[in-house]
Amino acid sequence: MRAKSSIFQNIDWTIFWVYTTLVLMGWINIYAATYNEQHQSIFDLSMSYGKQMIWIISSYLLVWIVLMLDPRFFSRLAYPIYALCMALLVGVLIFGTEIKGAKSWFTFGGFSFQPSELAKYGTALALTYYLSSLGKKFQGIFVRIKAFIILLIPAGLILLQPDTGSVLVYASFIFVMYREGLSGNILLIGLGAAALFVLALLLNYTTFDLPFELQISGQTLMIIVVGIICLLIHQMFRNHKGIKIAIILVFGVIAGYVYGVNFMFNDVLKSHQQSRINELLGIEHDITGAGYNVHQSMIAIGSGGVFGKGFLEGTQTKFNFVPEQSTDFIFCTVGEEWGYLGSLVVIVLFLVLLFRIVIIAERQRSKFSRIYGYCVASIFFFHLAINIGMTIGLAPVIGIPLPFFSYGGSSLWAFTILLFTFVKMDSERMHILS
Amino acid sequence: MKPFEDRKFVILGIFLTIALIFLGRLFFIQVIDDSYQMSANNQTLRTITQYPVRGLIYDRNKQLLVYNEAAYDLMVVPSKVSDFDTSSFCQLLGISDSAFVTRLKKARKYSRYRPSVFEKQIPASQWALVSERLYKYNGFHGEKRTLRKYPKATSAHILGYISEVGNSDIAKDSYYKSGDYIGKRGLEKEYESVLRGTRGKKILMVDVHNRIKGNYRNGLYDSLPIAGKNLICSIDRDLQALGELLMQGKRGSIVAIEPSTGEILAMISAPSYDPNLLVGRPRSKNYQMLQQNDSLNPLFNRTINAMYRPGSIFKIVQALVALDEGVITQDTRFQCNRGIIGCHGSHTYDELVGAIQHSCNPYFYQVYKRLIQRGDNTSVFKDANMGLQTWQERVKLFGFGVQLKTDLPGLKMGLVPTPEFYNKWYGENRWAFSTIYSNSIGEGELQVVPIQMANLAAIIANKGYYYQPHLIKSIGEDSVKRPEFTQKFDTEVDPKYFEPIVKAMFKVVNESGGTARKARMDSIIVCGKTGTVQNDPWPDHSVFMAFAPMENPKIAVAVYVEYSDYGGTWAAPISSLMIEQYLTGEIKRKDKQKRITNASFLEIYEGKK
Ligand SMILES: [Zn+2]
Repeated sequence: MRAKSSIFQNIDWTIFWVYTTLVLMGWINIYAATYNEQHQSIFDLSMSYGKQMIWIISSYLLVWIVLMLDPRFFSRLAYPIYALCMALLVGVLIFGTEIKGAKSWFTFGGFSFQPSELAKYGTALALTYYLSSLGKKFQGIFVRIKAFIILLIPAGLILLQPDTGSVLVYASFIFVMYREGLSGNILLIGLGAAALFVLALLLNYTTFDLPFELQISGQTLMIIVVGIICLLIHQMFRNHKGIKIAIILVFGVIAGYVYGVNFMFNDVLKSHQQSRINELLGIEHDITGAGYNVHQSMIAIGSGGVFGKGFLEGTQTKFNFVPEQSTDFIFCTVGEEWGYLGSLVVIVLFLVLLFRIVIIAERQRSKFSRIYGYCVASIFFFHLAINIGMTIGLAPVIGIPLPFFSYGGSSLWAFTILLFTFVKMDSERMHILS
Repeated sequence: MKPFEDRKFVILGIFLTIALIFLGRLFFIQVIDDSYQMSANNQTLRTITQYPVRGLIYDRNKQLLVYNEAAYDLMVVPSKVSDFDTSSFCQLLGISDSAFVTRLKKARKYSRYRPSVFEKQIPASQWALVSERLYKYNGFHGEKRTLRKYPKATSAHILGYISEVGNSDIAKDSYYKSGDYIGKRGLEKEYESVLRGTRGKKILMVDVHNRIKGNYRNGLYDSLPIAGKNLICSIDRDLQALGELLMQGKRGSIVAIEPSTGEILAMISAPSYDPNLLVGRPRSKNYQMLQQNDSLNPLFNRTINAMYRPGSIFKIVQALVALDEGVITQDTRFQCNRGIIGCHGSHTYDELVGAIQHSCNPYFYQVYKRLIQRGDNTSVFKDANMGLQTWQERVKLFGFGVQLKTDLPGLKMGLVPTPEFYNKWYGENRWAFSTIYSNSIGEGELQVVPIQMANLAAIIANKGYYYQPHLIKSIGEDSVKRPEFTQKFDTEVDPKYFEPIVKAMFKVVNESGGTARKARMDSIIVCGKTGTVQNDPWPDHSVFMAFAPMENPKIAVAVYVEYSDYGGTWAAPISSLMIEQYLTGEIKRKDKQKRITNASFLEIYEGKK
């Protein structure tokens, strides 16, 4: 153990202050979202904002503890931590409390703990450890399968709860693997498939009016647009050999995929399954039905205007029009009360955080530290993209928290440990060589 | 360079791209598209309109003519309606299940988020029951409205009525919103802007369960309603009620004016109707009923809209114009030569007072001849043209053939024929006195409105001037009177020429041989002039105008009873009773009142139809 004074000496203050700013903004927005006239104090422990204060204070305690640890602790204990997390995930399936149809929580007294939040940390450490132990390149089918298995175990266990949102977070590790040598095509296909899937389902309900009273389904329009793009690409690369076949192949795959999604959705799935997916994607047209959350969330954000309605003046969030307004939909409060400027500040702060993590990761001499940094950035990015995307109708409604903002101890603790483990590694980068 | 280090740019690029897409999307929904703002307001803000109290109308003795009674509109916000027991709801309101469905559909068509009227004007007594159970039915709430109530079923034509605004009203004045009320006739229409007051509003915030969460922005955009101003009407409610009673079973009108001010004391158009009929939910049914009664036409206000030939009372105007023009003096005599124009009574060679007293037709034939053919031109036609021009100008100064500027909308002008009128009718230089002599005794082309006859009586009482007859004495707490009602209008007839006229009118009522002996009273000296307008083969219109007391007159009155008989038979005693009521506050001659009240000419009107 080192002397206290040196603990903070080499840490990255940009990350520290961005973290602090986001956490405090989160606290203020939780206060606004669940503000209660009878409990006006932000320190009122009977309210979620009072409890969040406890989580924040305890998070700084965790920061302190993490910074006190020996940096080698993380690589040495990566697998044991991973194993502990997996045990917790198994345990929660047996001893957990079912909340909203999912066995995701341990509850003791008034407190509850969500092991899937901690599992991200354990998985990140384990994956990092495994990848950093490999040679120069991330190659070979068995190597890849092993890496995927590290991800599949927690993902599978969480899927049994079931908690789809937390499962999908594990897809974010694709960025880490890509950085370490996974083919770019896989990333491209992965991103493309995700985008097409959402787009195809969004367009499933849309028809466009053409002249002469013709109507065209959204999917057909999409295929036509893809076809035109393919033709253009073909014209541009006319001289390349095999471009024709490649383009036809790509076009065929996309068209088949889009219609396949459509076919599977309309003809294979039963109606209750359809509405489950619609609910997931928040694209049901009946705004009082499955798409209600997104509709309300967009009204809240959209009504904020440029400067917002002002602190505690938000009506949509405060008066419960927006569901889960202090947890998954906390960004609505930002958008409604602080307007476009508030949204801009939050997104820019997160972007600064992500960029800073990547830049710092690249300056690590230790491969372990670098890979871990990418894990942290990927997890944060995925949470951001899905959480904010869902509130503005650009991503399916998947219940995952907005880091540092959403109310809840488990996620705040997990994100704090996740981030400051990296800060700790970075502060010791001169001492860690491998 | 570490292997694959370049790939950080791809990853950072993806981070940046997503962030930019989000910022772009947020810019669109937060800054550009304002439909979200509207949706938010629709969901969370409830604008509660606070309706001002409509001004009350009192009579000249501060007795209420019209006041307000609360009623409630049941409003519905379709988006808030959730499943509930429809049949118990329908039972509560007394409507059928199918009516429930159609009304809800209609409301939904108007707007899903805005309230629209589901059931109109639920009386306060029934509302107590409804509001008690309303909590069970999401999406419904009550809005307080006021209905007009009339403590005495009188003055319907004067007061007019209010009804729900139509699209044209809303187009004309953006103040009005669907469901509002507006004065449609009578004083309610004329004084709409004064009576209605100013709406207030209160913006409340509600949560997702429609629970009120407080004032929006602490009431920054709220305003209090400003009550409408009360009006003091110049009508004497008791006099008005008596007039309506006397006119029952008759068609015609009574107008009584205070000569010194032009204030209308009573204004009866018979038949009338109970103003309470046009209030509340039975309104449209009753309105139709009144409209379909075409032999009596009770919605028609005869006092300002009916045009009649004035008959013999017009001889007074002829006399005054002739005196002032100097074509006769009060000593001028004419033979009662009944060759061209008939006469009645035993006189043969009257001077002016006698001619008025006996209503001698040949006398006024000669008077009118002197007014028209004044020998100013060698051509008899041109001479008549010039004479008529002067004559009609002078007659119009008496308020005939012009629109009196009273405060009831839609007043008719009547007709005083001009040279242009006859030129159009007969052709230029195709007419002379011999063509138009019927005007001399108030027949011919002359058309007057009953209020103009009463105004003539007031002019004589005032000896030469009048104020615009009007109904509103004062407006609001500061007792404002419209300035145009205090402006004197002069007939430009020398007051001295009124002496013989008043004397003659005294004799008409008070001397044996006068045509209006039935108007005589022991206690009050009444001056008057009868008229009998012929309607061959139907009975005559009975006309009488009078003022009283002779010295310092307090009331001028004109009565017109259609198809009844000589002016002296019905119109004169009605006038007399009106004068008695107004000047003494009661009717002592109960038998006379009873005789008139019981008289009915409805069979004649039915036959004429
Ligand atoms: Zn005669």
